[in-house]
Amino acid sequence: MASAQEILSLYRQFLRYSRQFENYNFREYFLRRSREEFRKLKEFDGDTSAIIEKAKKELGVLRRQSKISQMYHFDKLVVEKVKKH
Amino acid sequence: MYRFRIGASVRRFSVSALRRTSSSGVKQAMPTSGAQPPQGSSISLKSATRDPSEYGTRPIYLDMQATTPTDPRVLDKMLEFYTGLYGNPHSSTHAYGWETDKAVEEARANVAAVIGADPKEIIFTSGATECNNMALKGVARFYGKSKKHIITTQTEHKCVLDSCRHLQDEGFEVTYLPVNSDGLIDLELLEKSIRKDTSLVSVMAVNNEIGVIQPLEDIGRICRSHKVFFHTDAAQAYGKIPIDVNKCNIDLMSISSHKIYGPMGVGATYVRRRPRVRLDPIINGGGQERGLRSGTLAPPLVCGFGEAARLMLQEYDADQAHIKALSTKLMDALLSMEHTQLNGSRIHRYPGCVNVSFAYIEGESLLMALKDIALSSGSACTSASLEPSYVLHALGADDALAHSSIRFGIGRFTTEAEVDYVIQALTERVKFLRELSPLWEMVNEGIDLNSIEWAGH
Repeated sequence: MASAQEILSLYRQFLRYSRQFENYNFREYFLRRSREEFRKLKEFDGDTSAIIEKAKKELGVLRRQSKISQMYHFDKLVVEKVKKH
Repeated sequence: MYRFRIGASVRRFSVSALRRTSSSGVKQAMPTSGAQPPQGSSISLKSATRDPSEYGTRPIYLDMQATTPTDPRVLDKMLEFYTGLYGNPHSSTHAYGWETDKAVEEARANVAAVIGADPKEIIFTSGATECNNMALKGVARFYGKSKKHIITTQTEHKCVLDSCRHLQDEGFEVTYLPVNSDGLIDLELLEKSIRKDTSLVSVMAVNNEIGVIQPLEDIGRICRSHKVFFHTDAAQAYGKIPIDVNKCNIDLMSISSHKIYGPMGVGATYVRRRPRVRLDPIINGGGQERGLRSGTLAPPLVCGFGEAARLMLQEYDADQAHIKALSTKLMDALLSMEHTQLNGSRIHRYPGCVNVSFAYIEGESLLMALKDIALSSGSACTSASLEPSYVLHALGADDALAHSSIRFGIGRFTTEAEVDYVIQALTERVKFLRELSPLWEMVNEGIDLNSIEWAGH
């Protein structure tokens, strides 16, 4: 059984790696889905260990893919704000 | 803004095709990147209410019927096979073969699970076009000695229609069923059209242009009761609407990977085993895929496809809710404009496809004015020609209406901010284009356009 603290830390990491996606659509998608899933997890009472195991695997995917997304740059979308240096 | 972009492109490795065309000279004036109107055009693409230099230039992608972005989770799966697991899945003598074979079989099970099929009934191909060719030509030719008749509809995808045309040259007879103004086929007419020598009925599940869902369960029941095989082109439907091959009595189904956020270049045909559907393979060779489609499988593509299918199932509820909400928002906003109409059935539709006609505007000119949004008026195969859509014609739309329609595709990765932008852009530019249009002026003056005799016609 995962502690509340462990879940919170996992959630923070999901948000962190989601935010690192260079691609606007992927970034927004993973942020939205992470929030939705962890909100659901908060309501869930029962054994969370299987869900946590799966989430850890997905976190690995997110970590790798956010890195890959950072390696390829495309123009920003018309709905995206360009960061001024 | 421009100086910033060039500076950025020097520092980083940029793969942007849009920018590549424009990076020839730093001092050049703002070049016509993809998001710019043609030269001399008076259309302003930027909203007056915001500072364009603060935003990017890449168009919003709203053409999900043509293809979908590859999900990063799918790419993660594929990279395993491009970096380490490179064995031939058909090599049965060593571990490299076994590991890729195991992964391919997992992918097959994932693809089958979405439609309630047995993994053995899934045949991997190069895409939905090959699936459609394989199903239509395969079944027709195998049973061709006694059965010479095929039934399909007028709104099918080009690859089904073209395969049928080809079979007609081989001596088969093809009935093209008409559709009603909602885009649905008439089930009574279908039943009446079935003859003693009919071998196959092919009806697409979700239309690629108008998103209309055909009554698969009813069609399947009719086909089964007449002992005719039922093929459905589910490229746009697979994983997006609930389909159970056993409940709908589907005998053959075409599936595409790149419409479900998977890689391009792979697809699958579902071929029922009980009662057995037999077909003449188009590609002969080493006997892979039950002998129906020889050739070495591509494990990176197949496993990426499998992962995409697994995600379609896992994310089904979330995707449906998200797409439905955005689609409703877009549809309500567009239809609240004057003289717009939704094409295809309002009820029997996949929400991720919204096809709207904007009367008194030329669709192509609207697309030109919407260069900051990637849209299409029909399928990608026909988008190069300026001909009005044959699908809308089949619905009974006249040329003018068929010309002025645009298809919006919403998917998993579309955001609400994008939909808001699209709504605002369309509202502004439709208004602008109509102000230019003499037809619009006449309509506002109360002149019936049909009563006018055009000179020179």
